[in-house]
Amino acid sequence: MSADLNLTDEQIAIILSDLIEHYGYDFTNYSAASLKRRIQRLLTMDKVVSFAEFRHRIQRDADYFKRFVEQVTVNVTEMFRDAHFYRTLREQVIPELATRPLIRIWHAGCSTGEEVYSMAILLQEANLLHKSLLYATDINPAVLEKVRLGMFPMSQMKQYSENYIHSGGRNDFSKYYIAQYDTAKFDESFKSRIILATHNLVSDTSFNEFQLILCRNVMIYFDKELQDRALELFDNSLEKLGFLALGSKETLKFSSVMSRYKQLDNKEKIWRKVS
Amino acid sequence: MRPDFNIVVIGGSAGSLSRVLRLLPHLTKKLNISVILIFHRREDEDSVLHDVLAYKSEFIVKEVEDKDSIMRHHIYIAPADYHLLLEKNLTFSLDISEKVNFSRPSIDVTFESAADAFGESVTGLLLSGANADGVVGLEAIRKHGGKIAVQDPRSAEVSYMPQQAVDRLAIDLLLTEFNIEDFLNLVNRK
Ligand SMILES: C[S@@+](CC[C@H](N)C(=O)[O-])C[C@H]1O[C@@H](n2cnc3c(N)ncnc32)[C@H](O)[C@@H]1O
Repeated sequence: MSADLNLTDEQIAIILSDLIEHYGYDFTNYSAASLKRRIQRLLTMDKVVSFAEFRHRIQRDADYFKRFVEQVTVNVTEMFRDAHFYRTLREQVIPELATRPLIRIWHAGCSTGEEVYSMAILLQEANLLHKSLLYATDINPAVLEKVRLGMFPMSQMKQYSENYIHSGGRNDFSKYYIAQYDTAKFDESFKSRIILATHNLVSDTSFNEFQLILCRNVMIYFDKELQDRALELFDNSLEKLGFLALGSKETLKFSSVMSRYKQLDNKEKIWRKVS
Repeated sequence: MRPDFNIVVIGGSAGSLSRVLRLLPHLTKKLNISVILIFHRREDEDSVLHDVLAYKSEFIVKEVEDKDSIMRHHIYIAPADYHLLLEKNLTFSLDISEKVNFSRPSIDVTFESAADAFGESVTGLLLSGANADGVVGLEAIRKHGGKIAVQDPRSAEVSYMPQQAVDRLAIDLLLTEFNIEDFLNLVNRK
């Protein structure tokens, strides 16, 4: 990806402070290397020729700012990604939640919702969906619209169905959606249990108490300091004995909240709040 | 932060593991380097890969987790299904964005990121493989003042990837079975 225009670190810092000033969005504690790579990618896609032009456009054009957020954040996701992770949810986490009158789950940085619908399927299969609420939040309103639609590309279903089976699923995966041309539309009964909201892990606060919080492959885009902020926020939003689930290469180790958590014995990236 | 050791980034795809295994015994603590490996592979091969490399090497072998520090005398393996980026503060960041050259991890992505973060301290080595991943990244390393080496395509199990590099770039060293000392001097340069 060799863009003709290469921004210096100083120029990127200027753009980031413009974003705070004009829109109240703070990206300064994102992982610098990947943020830079995403910005360079945007410059190439939009054939931006000068720093001045880019800066001006971001400052003046709110629609372009929206595009910036949509393109600079990474929305790649999958249903039942890391099947063994979902198997652990099925076998060790969901049974612990089963006795609650109301189960509240938070998907922070849910992207287009594949993870949320995967969870809804697990709950359905455990006969718990009717008393569960899945809060799906993201910084990017465009992806939340896709969660609301509950439609995913048909071309992915073969892969997702394999993932599902590996996660311990016993049904025919196709019973959960209706094929409409090239999209798979997931069952309406899932949607009624999903609550959508924009929520920025950089600046927003706790809004409820949960028994399970999933934040997978979101904090890889944050530096250590911002990771700690987000983890404090999750800690404040998690009931005692609640579960916190991270992505497969993320860890609570070395974080400020670590002493209050115990990782599941099978070393999946799921921690239980013990004190 | 300019590290007080050099960074060696090695990228390979089909057929490159055997070359790395022959290289590892030469990587001793006399060298002032940290090594980063980007292999195209399947996820289920990960733990085997770690053990095979650890057995052959004096360095500490670690599959990278997000925000791990980059330290001397370590060999870091890029985890399957993530791009691996280097931060100027000597940590790694993982990234799950779209595949590049049909690959995640992509060799180009890590080469470019190493070049941007650590410039002259970087040596890139491109090994055997069947796609063009890595060539653009080698070019970036060169542009930022680093050095680039390529496995001699004649000795590579799959020559396409190194051949692409040789055809398109001015290489600092063509790695054969006989000039390993030259390679060690290159990576250990002051
Ligand atoms: C790679 S996706 C992860 C999707 C899903 N959790 C998974 O693991 O498959 C990362 C998501 O984090 C969101 N995100 C990035 N920064 C955020 C922030 N400050 N607050 C909330 N969400 C954020 C992005 O918009 C994106 O949808």
